[in-house]
Amino acid sequence: MSFAWAKPYEPKAPIMRWLDERLPLPRLVYGAIGGGYPVPRNLNYWWNFGVLAGIFLVVQIVTGIVLAMWYYSSADGAFNSVEHIMRDVNAGWAIRYAHMNGASFFFIVTYIHIFRGLYYGSYKAPRELVWMLGLVIYLLMMATAFMGYVLPWGQMSYWGAQVITGFFSAFPLVGEPIRVWLLGGYAPDQAALTRFFSLHYLLPFVIAAVVILHIWALHIPGSNNPTGVDVKDEKDTLPFHPFYTAKDGWFAAGFVLLYALFVYFAPNYLGHPDNYIPANPLATPAHIVPEWYFWPFYAILRAFTVDFILPAKLWGVVAMFSSILLLFFLPWLDRSPVRSGSYRPIFKRFFWLLVADVFVLGWCGGAPATPFYVALSQLAAAYYFAHFLIILPLISKFETTLPLPDSISSSRLHGEKKEAAPVGAPAHSTTIAG
Amino acid sequence: MATLEQSAKGSDPAESEGGVRRRDFLNVAAVSFAGVGVVAVALPLIQQMSPPADVLALASTEVDISKIAAGQAIKTVWRKQPVFIRNLTPDEIKAANSVALSELRDPQTLAQRTKPGKANWLITLGVCTHLGCVPLGTGEGENRGPFGGYFCPCHGSAYDTAARIRQGPAPKNLVVPDYDFVSDTTVRIG
Repeated sequence: MSFAWAKPYEPKAPIMRWLDERLPLPRLVYGAIGGGYPVPRNLNYWWNFGVLAGIFLVVQIVTGIVLAMWYYSSADGAFNSVEHIMRDVNAGWAIRYAHMNGASFFFIVTYIHIFRGLYYGSYKAPRELVWMLGLVIYLLMMATAFMGYVLPWGQMSYWGAQVITGFFSAFPLVGEPIRVWLLGGYAPDQAALTRFFSLHYLLPFVIAAVVILHIWALHIPGSNNPTGVDVKDEKDTLPFHPFYTAKDGWFAAGFVLLYALFVYFAPNYLGHPDNYIPANPLATPAHIVPEWYFWPFYAILRAFTVDFILPAKLWGVVAMFSSILLLFFLPWLDRSPVRSGSYRPIFKRFFWLLVADVFVLGWCGGAPATPFYVALSQLAAAYYFAHFLIILPLISKFETTLPLPDSISSSRLHGEKKEAAPVGAPAHSTTIAG
Repeated sequence: MATLEQSAKGSDPAESEGGVRRRDFLNVAAVSFAGVGVVAVALPLIQQMSPPADVLALASTEVDISKIAAGQAIKTVWRKQPVFIRNLTPDEIKAANSVALSELRDPQTLAQRTKPGKANWLITLGVCTHLGCVPLGTGEGENRGPFGGYFCPCHGSAYDTAARIRQGPAPKNLVVPDYDFVSDTTVRIG
């Protein structure tokens, strides 16, 4: 694992030596996130979001365990138990708002983390498995978030469950039996609520396990970097601790301020007011929307309105699932040997177009299904698929990339003599002395 | 180990030629046995997810329809799902019968969707066949959509006066559940 110059773990305290000989756990940690893991020295701030995602996973698990101490997963009591947490439980409001907004922030940092990987080609060889494991985490996150949103058993919870399990009924023959099997009834009810709670509690720990695999797979080749050039020697790297622990630490502290701003000053801004109405199986809210982080996919789902061989409903569901499954093939769709978008002038433009496209999809997904938004989401969904299936393969074939630096250090250390000169000394004096 | 295997192979020419050894048979038999065990254990774990007996026990419900005047509709519950019972007006029946079947996405006549002699009683599930929302149109003053039947607010599916899909993403007409008239004023659904 890692590079030849990685510092081996040398326990100094006798107790640590004793432990290391019997269970080398400190050695594992030291090599993974300590001084024994060399990291490219040129990482920019976009590289902080992986650690941040890990932090939000911990926030969600900790606040979630506390909420589960007060929550009842009963169709009669779930809504009231959440209100009880909000009104009567000591600090309950803060913990619940932290959990609600923690989910949104977990998705914000994950989306930034994914787009960072897209821009800098972090999905390319030899990091394909890192990318794919990341997508598995993302899918698990979506399942967890969906089931968590059902638990308060408000109107959006109920109708979200109805609509999302309805996806399965799109499949011919087996679809409806699968839906009934998943719900344990003909409509969302007690059985569905309890099993969603059970799985909502389980999946974060599955995510944590896949996160370990994700990091393990990452540490074989080591982190990518903004130039996309491979690490060549020790000059290109810095030990994770103290350099990146410090950088991640202060950035996380800053980012948590933004999170706190939402938790304390706009706790319901990212939510939907209808979810404060208890679930009513006989009245659908006028405008059902999922949580904001699903909007782009919801737009793709609704973009299909015409039956073409298969029913429109099935097309929508298939397109929505394939918009994510497609990403598993990305390492083989983009064949350009240059990783970083900074050295790919054409790719870079289309990358930002894709970002804009996903924002447009998100905007459409949150809007009501009027003809204008449906037409716009049809265009945007078509572009989304075209980007990955047509544009990327073509770019990687025809693009002339910019010259890459010889190494990470040569791209970063060109001014080191000037920087090493004594303060106030004219810059050229060092060259004379040298 | 290696020397043992080599000597064992040497002792029996049939084994070294890729024939099925007794050890292979034992391996396949042992793994198959364990496989049957895994399936046997998995079955109840999968089965428990299906609707339990109390949910299935709510399979039928009786509804008094004597209070529904022509042009009105009610919402009732069957198997925890909404059911729409509508007393169609003669105009609505005429509108439903005047549509050519070729215009329909899911071709069905009003007669096929009602009981003989009771063509004014339209009984359907109140579950949009798109993604399961409850369409509007039963309550006084609710949006009944461009075809005068039901309108689903979620994704804009519009149903006509026979609750047939006419516009929007839903693939099928609103489902007509199994029901029969116990008397002129009572229906049993399910």
